[in-house]
Parts: sequence; C-alpha cells; structure tokens
Amino acid sequence: MIHKLFRLDIMIILLIVLSIISMFVGVVEVSPRDLLNLSENQKNIIIESRFPRTVAIIIAGASLSVCGLIMQQLTRNKFVSPTTAGTMDWARLGILLALMFFPTANLLVKLLFASALSLAGTLLFMQIIQRVQFKDVVFVPLIGLMLGNVVSSVATFLSLRTNSVQSLSSWMQGDFSIIISGRYEVLYISIPFLIIGLLYANQFTIAGMGEDFSKNLGLNYKRVINIGLLITAVITALVVVTVGMLPFLGLIIPNIISIFRGDHLKNTILLTAVLGAIFVMLCDILGRLIIFPYEISIGLMIGVVGSFIFLIMIFRRVKSNA
Amino acid sequence: MIDLKSISKIYGQKKVVNDVSVSIAKGKVTSFIGPNGAGKSTLLSMVTRLLDQDSGDVLLEGENILQAPSDKLAKKIAILKQSNNLDLKITVRELISFGRFPYSRGRLTQKDHEIIDEAISYMELEQFEERYIDELSGGQRQRVYIAMTIAQDTEYIFLDEPLNNLDMKHSVQIMQILRRLVRERNKTIIIVIHDINFASCYSDNIVAMKDGEVVISGSKDDVIRKEILEDIYEMDINIECIYGQQICVYFDEHQDASVDDFIEDQAQVQIRA
Amino acid sequence: MLDRKNNRLLLILTAITLLIGGFYILYQLNFNILYYQLPSRLNRVATMLIVGTAIAVSTVIFQTITKNRILTPSIMGLDSVYLFIQTLIVFIVGTQSSLLTNGFINYVISMLALVAFTVLVFRYLFKLTGSHVFLLLLIGIILGTFFSSLSSFMQMLINPDDFLILQSSMFASFNAINESLIWITGTIVLLLLIIVLRDFHSLDVIALGRDHAINLGINYDRKVSQLLLIIAVLVSVSTALVGPIMFLGLLVVNLAHQIFKTFKHRYLLIGSTLISMITLLIGQMLTQYVFKQAIEISVIINLVGGVYFIILMLKESRR
Repeated sequence: MIHKLFRLDIMIILLIVLSIISMFVGVVEVSPRDLLNLSENQKNIIIESRFPRTVAIIIAGASLSVCGLIMQQLTRNKFVSPTTAGTMDWARLGILLALMFFPTANLLVKLLFASALSLAGTLLFMQIIQRVQFKDVVFVPLIGLMLGNVVSSVATFLSLRTNSVQSLSSWMQGDFSIIISGRYEVLYISIPFLIIGLLYANQFTIAGMGEDFSKNLGLNYKRVINIGLLITAVITALVVVTVGMLPFLGLIIPNIISIFRGDHLKNTILLTAVLGAIFVMLCDILGRLIIFPYEISIGLMIGVVGSFIFLIMIFRRVKSNA
Repeated sequence: MIDLKSISKIYGQKKVVNDVSVSIAKGKVTSFIGPNGAGKSTLLSMVTRLLDQDSGDVLLEGENILQAPSDKLAKKIAILKQSNNLDLKITVRELISFGRFPYSRGRLTQKDHEIIDEAISYMELEQFEERYIDELSGGQRQRVYIAMTIAQDTEYIFLDEPLNNLDMKHSVQIMQILRRLVRERNKTIIIVIHDINFASCYSDNIVAMKDGEVVISGSKDDVIRKEILEDIYEMDINIECIYGQQICVYFDEHQDASVDDFIEDQAQVQIRA
Repeated sequence: MLDRKNNRLLLILTAITLLIGGFYILYQLNFNILYYQLPSRLNRVATMLIVGTAIAVSTVIFQTITKNRILTPSIMGLDSVYLFIQTLIVFIVGTQSSLLTNGFINYVISMLALVAFTVLVFRYLFKLTGSHVFLLLLIGIILGTFFSSLSSFMQMLINPDDFLILQSSMFASFNAINESLIWITGTIVLLLLIIVLRDFHSLDVIALGRDHAINLGINYDRKVSQLLLIIAVLVSVSTALVGPIMFLGLLVVNLAHQIFKTFKHRYLLIGSTLISMITLLIGQMLTQYVFKQAIEISVIINLVGGVYFIILMLKESRR
C-alpha cells in the first residue's frame, strides 16, 4: 500500500501542493482568494519572503538528500551522511573562519572558503575510513561524528574568543525565516552540482564497490570519488551558509527511499531529491503552524523529527539482523 | 555425557537450529559436519552457553547448563570459537595464562604456572612464549588459543573449526594433539569441522547436520557412508578405504564433453599456430 | 620484566603528579590571604582528582567493553543533555532562580537527569539492541543531537545577557566549586573505584571479548551492564560537578596505552588516572597563569584532545 505512494509522479504532485500551501502560510495573511487583487504589502511578502523561502526549501531539501545518497553509495554505508561524516561541522568552521578573517568579503568568497574546508574535512574522513581495518557499519559514522565533534569544539573555541557563541549558534540553527530575496540566490549554485550528481549516479554505485572492482570495470576510481566528494562538500557548504544545519536530512531520506524502492540509484536518485524537498517543506510548514504566530526553526523540527525517524530505522535494522 | 534436548534457535522467520536432540559421549572425539548454514556453529554456541536457545535444554551430566553458575561451568567446559583477532598488547604466555582464570581469578599460583608450562609444551610454543600475539601467523595464533583451552583443563573441550587458517601439516598436528588429549587425559572433545576426511580419520563419533536438523548421529562408520553423505551434501561422493581409513572422494568424476571439446580445440589452435 | 618496567612508570607518574600538584598549591602563595587562598586551591586540586579519576576510569572500562580505543562514554550525548538541562532552567525560570545559582540544587538536578539518561540508554536499550555496543552509542549520539537541537532553539530565544550566564556552564570549570559537593562526589567516585579495583582481573578477561569471557566463567551480560551503570554514574557526577570535558578521557587513556603498552587493567586504570590528574593540573595552570582565565580549561583540553584524536585516527588508518 505505502509502496505505491513512493512514485515519482505522485510525489511531485504532493510537492507542488505543499509548495502552494507554503506560499500562503505565515504571519501576514495571504489567502489564495487574494491572489487576484494583492495589496502592496502582500505582494511584497510573496515576492520578498514566501517565494524565496519555498524555493530555498526545495533546493536545500533536494540537494542535501542527494548528497547523503551519494555519500552512502561511495562508502557503501547506510549511516553516512553530511551530518555523520562531519561535513556540516567543517562547513560551519569554514564560515566562522571566513567571518573572522575576512568579514567584509562578499558572500561568494566566504562560501568558497567554507566549501574548501568541508571538502578537505570530507576527504580526511574518507581517508580514515578507507584505511581503517575495522569496518563495522555503525563504527564508520561514529568516527565521522567524533571528527565532527573535534571540529565543532575548535569552532566553539574560536567563537568563544570572539564572543560570538550565541550568534553563531543561532545562525547555525537551520532556519528558513531568514530567507528573503537577496539572501538565498547562491543556493541556485547547487543546481548544476545536483545535475552532475544525477549524471554520475551509476558511477558512484560502482565506485562504492571499491577501487579494485571499479578498475576491473574500467572506471577512473579516483576521479569519480573526487567528483562525488566535491559535489557533497559544495552543496553542504551552500546549505549551511544560507539556511544553517539541517541534521540527519541526508541520512533519513535516502534510507526511507531505499526501504521502499530498493537501492538502484537510477530509480531512486530523483525520488530521493523530491522526497527530501517534501520532507523539509512539511517540517517547515508545521514549524510555522505549531506555535503560530511564532515559528519553530526548521533545524529544531528536523532535529526532532529526524532523530526520531533515524532511531526507528536503527531498530528496524536491528530486528532484521537479529 | 552431554544431552541436547530438542534445542531450537530461530532468527526472524528462519529456524537456524530446529528441534535438535543428540547425546555426546564422554571420552571421545565427536565431530559435527554438514554444509554451510547447517547450524553447526550456532548449535555449538548454545551448548556452551555463548548463545541462548529459544527452546530446549542442554544437560551436562544431567544438570541444566543454564542453571549452573558460569564460573563453575568454566572448569568443566571450554569453548574456542572461530574468529579470534584481538587488538591487545598481550604476549603468548599471558594469553595462555587466561586459561587459569576460572581457578585463580587472575592471581596465579605455582600450580597454575606448571599447568601453563605444560600447555605451552603440549602445543610446542616454547619459542614464542614472550612474543606478542599480533606478531604471530594465523596458524601460530590458532595454536596459542588451543593452548589456552588446554590450560583451562576442562573435561569437555569444544572447538569451532579449529583447522581454519591452518595448512595440512598444522591441521594434522592439531588433530593428533586432540586425539592425544582424549587418549592420555580422557578429555571429551567436540569439534565443528568442514573437511569430512579429517572428521572421518580423527573422530570416534560424527553428528551430521543439514538445514538446522540432525540427519544422523553415530559412530563414524555409521555416518561416513556414500548414500548418507550424498544426501547431506547433495553431490556425488565416493568412499574409498585407503590405509585402513575411510576417505571420501568428492571431486567431480563425470567428464563434461563440452569442456573436453573446448580444450581439444584450443590445443588444435595452438598446434596450428 | 615488562611488569617491573610498568611498576616503575607508575611510580614516576605518581611522583610527577605530586610534584605538579604541590607546585600548583604552593605557587605564588600569598601569606596575607592564606586562609582564603589555600583552601580554595586545595578544593580545586581535590576536584581535579575526583573528576580526573572518574573520567579516566570510566573511559578505560568503556574502551574495554567496546574493544575500541577511539571511543569515550561522553560521546553519547551526555554533554548535550547537561547543556539541555542548563538551558531549560534558564529558559523556564530565568538566570536568577536558585535552580541555577545554588550550586547544590543545580548539581543534584543535573546529576539525577544525567544518570537517568545514561541508565536509560544503557540498560534499557542494551536489552533492545542485543548488546551491540556501537548501536547503543549511535542511539546515544542521536539523542544527543535531539537535545542539542532543543537547546540551540531555546538559546536563540533567550536574551543575550542570560545567554552569557548560561555560556559559563557550557564549559567545564574548576573554579568556585561548592565544598560539600566535592565531598559528595568524592565519596561516590571512591566507592565505585573500590568496586572496580576489587575485580580488575575480570576487566582483563572482558577485554578478550564476549565469547572468551563467558568461556572463562564471567557472567558477561550481567557484568557488562553493571560496569556500564558504573560508567554512567562516574561520568554523570563529574559532568554535574564541573561541566563537560569531552576529550579528556580519550586523551589520557590513549596516552596510558602508549606509555604502558599492556592490556593489564591494573596499569591502565591507575596510569590513566594519574595522567588525567597531570593533564588537568597543567590545563588549570595554563588557564590561570598563561591565559589569565580568558579561556576555560575544558576548551584547552578539548582542543588538545581533539587534535590528538585526529592524529590517532590517522595513525590507526596508516597501519
């Protein structure tokens, strides 16, 4: 029954419906009926805030989920994602450093810096797990989380020195309410990376089987791995810079799709992207409604809902293994 | 004497061990054989309390082993499982000394040291005594673990595929030592073993398993039979008597005409070239 | 032979600890304010002794159970829970409340919550997950994320002045610890230490792994859940006393492994406790005299421990 819902057409329709709802939820009342004769204020809200917000949600949700999927393919481990590999923490550290050392540089420069650092961090993680002898499926994300902890303790140290703990912490808490036109457009950069990811999908699967296996099939292993990591690092940095941390998103969405639709990337990568967008959209709309007229930030919503789903996933796995 | 009374273990839907009842005689070598996934190792783990069964009882000389205190049991039965990779800085002698833990709780007496020395010489490990175990080869390490089991000095010794990682020479050596333990010290030895010829040559009794159930259990002459083994392994097996030992020959004898043709063709091509 | 060398190492470490401890107590002692300065310094040293012991011992046991040298019990979300409790207090009752300002009440609340959390994760989930320790850790970490999501949301909402007060509890500190708390925590840690040391041979056997331990007559599942309970209490009381120091355990236990090169818990337990003391003393002196209280000690230790952790991982991976 539920399997049938995980079809691309149904999910796209669902996403469109949710996007439309998202346009009309908020403190300033804008109902669909008003569309024909919008007041100046309402027009402003739609153009300056609601529309950018909705677009940002779709891009962030879709691209971060695909990132998770790519990372899971590359490491052959269902528990690896931008959160559990520490990529997000590196991106955060990158932004912090950028803010400290060249606060006046424009956003793109900071972004580049954050991307570079998350790429370096993810490479370090891959380096470690590839050579670690003990490849327990749960141990690998533990290494990533520990690394992430180290990185974020460095970040804390720095922000403590600059007295910016609270602002950093609030900035990093994923939040779409800060998305207004002019602040989110860099997110569009992730679209070409997303497309590259889609094109390379099959090769990621093969590369995940290991270096020898890929060579046997005539694949340039190193290049594919590097492309995969580059994509994930850039997208993660982009999302962290514009929206903030969205914990576990890249982890749970690919896993849900994999439960219902299997593991062949060709079938699942688009579904993953769409479901990611749906999930974030749903959380955001709920966050806007629950304590209306205030908002629960998306970081909290996803942190709570996401950890809950992740726990269920783990227990499912335990049961099927036992 | 160990009695297994309708032991079962279920993982999810799959009955890995299904209603197994079997008796293991004292003072003998008993081998468990069967194809992969027959449930031998799982059964061994349950008999030695490493794993809880879902139903059934294991009686050690009439006493239920789950009711016996674990520390007392450690003086009666010893179990060595297959994978033994330790990431510890520990020397051969220190590891073997652990065999005395059930008796001395870590404070070794003079008598313990004597027994440890004896186990070391039994397994011919004198030259490695002070080496760290991560410096040894797989075969040497296996011998160290068996020495630890010997130092534990129990009446019953369970070994799960003790010949894994061992070459022919060391396999034979280990099997001879096991026979010696039975002969000289009246130990009862229970092994899970893949090579049916080792089972045939060195055991007194054999328990054959398939799909979680015991197909037959009895003396080795009862079990090492063409029709029985062919049924268990689902392949052609011939049994020849060589030097008084029953040897199973299971290498495919049937000639495949197409393969022969192919080889011949290749030969022709080469000659022409 | 190795044992004799290790015994000597223990003596040397003890001597270093006493020396640094003595130095810390006596350095620049001002006789005019002796009645104030000396007890305050003694309190700090006592706190370091307690916290150092608790963290070192719990990490050693934890690594033995998990058979893994790069894990530490505080990884499983304890810091987040502690922070969550503090944030919650500020969020609900404000910074003026005795729940925050009264060290004793705050200690009791934090300790109870932490013990409850750890015991819940360890004991209850232990059954569910069939003693798969890594899974347990992962679950702990996820719960940790859960709590830190909640905390950072609340931190966003509270006003900046309150946040500054809250910030002080985000980092471990050995300054101004309530004396009666030192006594309570000290007693708890000492009792648990005695229980552990009375049976340290079992720890050696548990290090061999579950199958070997059962074979050698250890009632493994019961023993391990007992030990996990002890770890839970040790980590909780030390966190409640001074705050979270995540990488201390990792740092000192691995140093102990490098120095002693043995599996024997007699050396590992005592050795890492001593190293832990030395680390805390040096860290405290750096905070006080080099950084003039500008940086909290836990930040220094986390930084050093964290970098050490990365080096350790890289070394591990190169093998």
